Amino acid sequence: MHRIMRKQQLSAEVFRLEVAAPEIARERQPGQFVILQLHDYSERIPLTIADADAAAGTITLIFQTVGRTTHLLADLAEGEAIPHLVGPLGQPTHIEQVGTVVCVGGGIGVAPLHPIAQGFKQAGNRLVVIMGARSKDLLILEDEMRAMADELVICTDDGSYGRQDLVTAPLLEYCQAAEPPAAVVAIGPPVMMKFCAQTTRPFAIPTTVSLNTIMIDGTGMCGGCRVNVGGKTLFTCVDGPEFDGHAVDFDTLILRLGAYKAREAEDHHRCHLELGLEGAH
Amino acid sequence: MSHASPADLAAAARAQLESLQGRGLKPKDRMAIPAQEMPQQDPDERSANFAEVALGYSPEQAQVEAMRCLQCRTAPCVEGCPVRIDIPGFVAAVAEGRFQDGIDIIKRNSLLPAICGRVCPQETQCQAPCTVGKALKDVDQAVSIGRLERFVADFERQQKPHAPAVAPATGKRVAVVGSGPASLVVAADVRREGHEVTILEAFHKPGGVMIYGIPEFRLPKAIVEEEIRTLIDMGVTIRCDYVVGRTRKLHDLIDQDGYDAVFVGTGAGLPVFMNIEGEHLVGVFSANEYLTRVNLMKAYDDRADTPIMRSRRVAVLGGGNVAMDAARTARRLGAESVRIIYRRTEQEMPARVEEVAHAKEEGIEFCLLQNASRVLGDEYGCVTGLECLRYQLGEPDDSGRRRPVEIPDSAFTIDLDTVIVAIGNNSNPLITQTTPGIDTNRWGNITIDDDGQTSIDGIYAGGDIVLGAATVILAMGQGRRAAAAINRRLAGG
Ligand SMILES: Cc1cc2nc3c(=O)[nH]c(=O)nc-3n(C[C@H](O)[C@H](O)[C@H](O)COP(=O)(O)OP(=O)(O)OC[C@H]3O[C@@H](n4cnc5c(N)ncnc54)[C@H](O)[C@@H]3O)c2cc1C
Ligand code: SF4
Ligand code: FES
Repeated sequence: MHRIMRKQQLSAEVFRLEVAAPEIARERQPGQFVILQLHDYSERIPLTIADADAAAGTITLIFQTVGRTTHLLADLAEGEAIPHLVGPLGQPTHIEQVGTVVCVGGGIGVAPLHPIAQGFKQAGNRLVVIMGARSKDLLILEDEMRAMADELVICTDDGSYGRQDLVTAPLLEYCQAAEPPAAVVAIGPPVMMKFCAQTTRPFAIPTTVSLNTIMIDGTGMCGGCRVNVGGKTLFTCVDGPEFDGHAVDFDTLILRLGAYKAREAEDHHRCHLELGLEGAH
Repeated sequence: MSHASPADLAAAARAQLESLQGRGLKPKDRMAIPAQEMPQQDPDERSANFAEVALGYSPEQAQVEAMRCLQCRTAPCVEGCPVRIDIPGFVAAVAEGRFQDGIDIIKRNSLLPAICGRVCPQETQCQAPCTVGKALKDVDQAVSIGRLERFVADFERQQKPHAPAVAPATGKRVAVVGSGPASLVVAADVRREGHEVTILEAFHKPGGVMIYGIPEFRLPKAIVEEEIRTLIDMGVTIRCDYVVGRTRKLHDLIDQDGYDAVFVGTGAGLPVFMNIEGEHLVGVFSANEYLTRVNLMKAYDDRADTPIMRSRRVAVLGGGNVAMDAARTARRLGAESVRIIYRRTEQEMPARVEEVAHAKEEGIEFCLLQNASRVLGDEYGCVTGLECLRYQLGEPDDSGRRRPVEIPDSAFTIDLDTVIVAIGNNSNPLITQTTPGIDTNRWGNITIDDDGQTSIDGIYAGGDIVLGAATVILAMGQGRRAAAAINRRLAGG
């Protein structure tokens, strides 16, 4: 049992949980994730470990309420427990000192980006962070990012805060600068990652993306997490979650995720009714 | 095909038994006894439920079937059994109605008879060389050793057996990674010697493929759960949600956590895909994913959250047990048409003969000498069809099997919404990637010595992670051997 030590709501649909998980906290490295399950009939979903405190024995999860399980998770109170939590899974981010690193985060993608940005900063890189959200109230972790970034650019779709632009606009400017970044990390919705990879490709800047696929076991047994990378079938849970953004076949990935989305949209609506959240946004 | 009802079969056996008892039976008389049919659920009924298909012999049927055994001195059946069960011995006990003695004899060599009696490919193991089958020139007429094994195992389960005795604590600790058949046997054998045993399992439920792969209608989960309960009663600790290599590195179990030995039974992994166009479409599953969603995540239950598409027209690619299980599961979930697509002919199919027969009875269509060449989809990325090619058998290859050769211009398409790929597995890379110094063969399977020990001292392995996708009984046999070596090692120190 993994007790929820602290719970915070970061925006209308985004929650932050600190969960007791001493073994996971001890082993985890930036880029890794957990899979959790809330009851015998619930699905198993992957969530990135946004932060961890090995001394306190806790890990931090940040998630957006999209499907049935994330809604149920948001419904848990401090002191309650997550029955099944397994991890840390996936390959850790490969972090080294390369010079300037641009980290691009979109929406909830800022959460998994945070520990990676932190890792690059601690390794002695100059850190540029570009964060995007639909509007100001959906922006998360701004203070945390601002505290460590050497430069921070914020974009919103509706112009309610920062630049009214897509994250690819400032990314392109950095690529075109006299001293372009040595590496780019982009985490967010698949479409955003696809266009970030397209932006950096002409400049041949190594670009890492982190994929959030459907998963069941997380040990390389089921193949549900498969993606096409450079013409090869790879498994996100054991080969990823991070891949070379220039090699990922985003179009099939987006199709795959899209087909499961219809069901999630339905869940979202139903859960909001059931949990009385309908008026919350 | 129609089947006699269980009551009729039992009645016929009762009459038969009365006419046989008290007579001194000569081999000729024994061979004249009709082979006992396995009572089973009606095909039409069962293709809409998940309950077990084979219902098990009545006591009279078991006795009559056991009387067919000739008690051969050479016992070729024992040679065919991977764990060398004293088959004539246990069959003789059954023939005399000493069912408890029968199971006790089996348990000297096999720990999971209720499971093996149900899932072992007996027709290629103990029953293949059986003298009765040979004499009657039909392997289906061999003594039904597997069904008898199942019968005595079920008999014992109904007597509510108590957990085996455990020797006084030795203070030694053993970690067992995974909880498939290999691991369960290691846990039991090592625990019995008084060592502390902890099972570390990645999933939220123990049991391995027997829980998430092999479906309920072939192997009721309650049987596997009982075996696990027995281990718990013996004092084995089971930790689920624990991925060795990630939650803890393998060598840290010994270096940091103080285990005296570790057994790795992590099974096969990484489903193989066809590498054809359209395989990433929604509606294409590996059999592992499909079966796990149904068996473990209970996708057939309305209360379950794990989505599974309600398939109407399904194709399963492959010809093994896994393919049969996936096809029959799709059928039970309500698919109108389910077809197996296999490159060769039925003779080459690796599935158990009984499962092929059951699948046919349930209306699964067998499309032989065909193979998928492309999955077709719509603008939403969902499967709409499959393009296939026809094949013919050509010259034998190195293995002596005739190689399927594509017939030119034979492509045709079928309308479908679901494609399940069941063409095998690669090895699971998780432990080997995170454990420096552990040797593997060129397929990535962990290599072991005659004691089941890996290239790292104190770390043993067995089951599918060593053999590639194999069988429950071979996994169990390897577990046995490794457990014996671990017990010797710990007794020495
Ligand atoms: C659908 C299907 C049908 C089959 N039908 C038959 C049949 O009829 N007859 C037959 O004899 N055989 C059959 N088999 C094969 C048989 O099930 C396997 O050979 C056998 O289960 C292998 O046992 P194992 O002990 O190696 O491990 P498995 O049963 O494969 O179990 C391995 C366990 O290890 C866990 N694990 C994996 N990695 C880790 C890790 N890093 N840390 C912790 N735990 C981990 C897994 O979650 C799993 O629970 C079938 C297989 C399938 C998939
Ligand atoms: S080979 Fe057949 S007849 Fe002979 S002992 Fe074995 S089971 Fe009995
Ligand atoms: S989640 Fe099953 S193989 Fe990756």
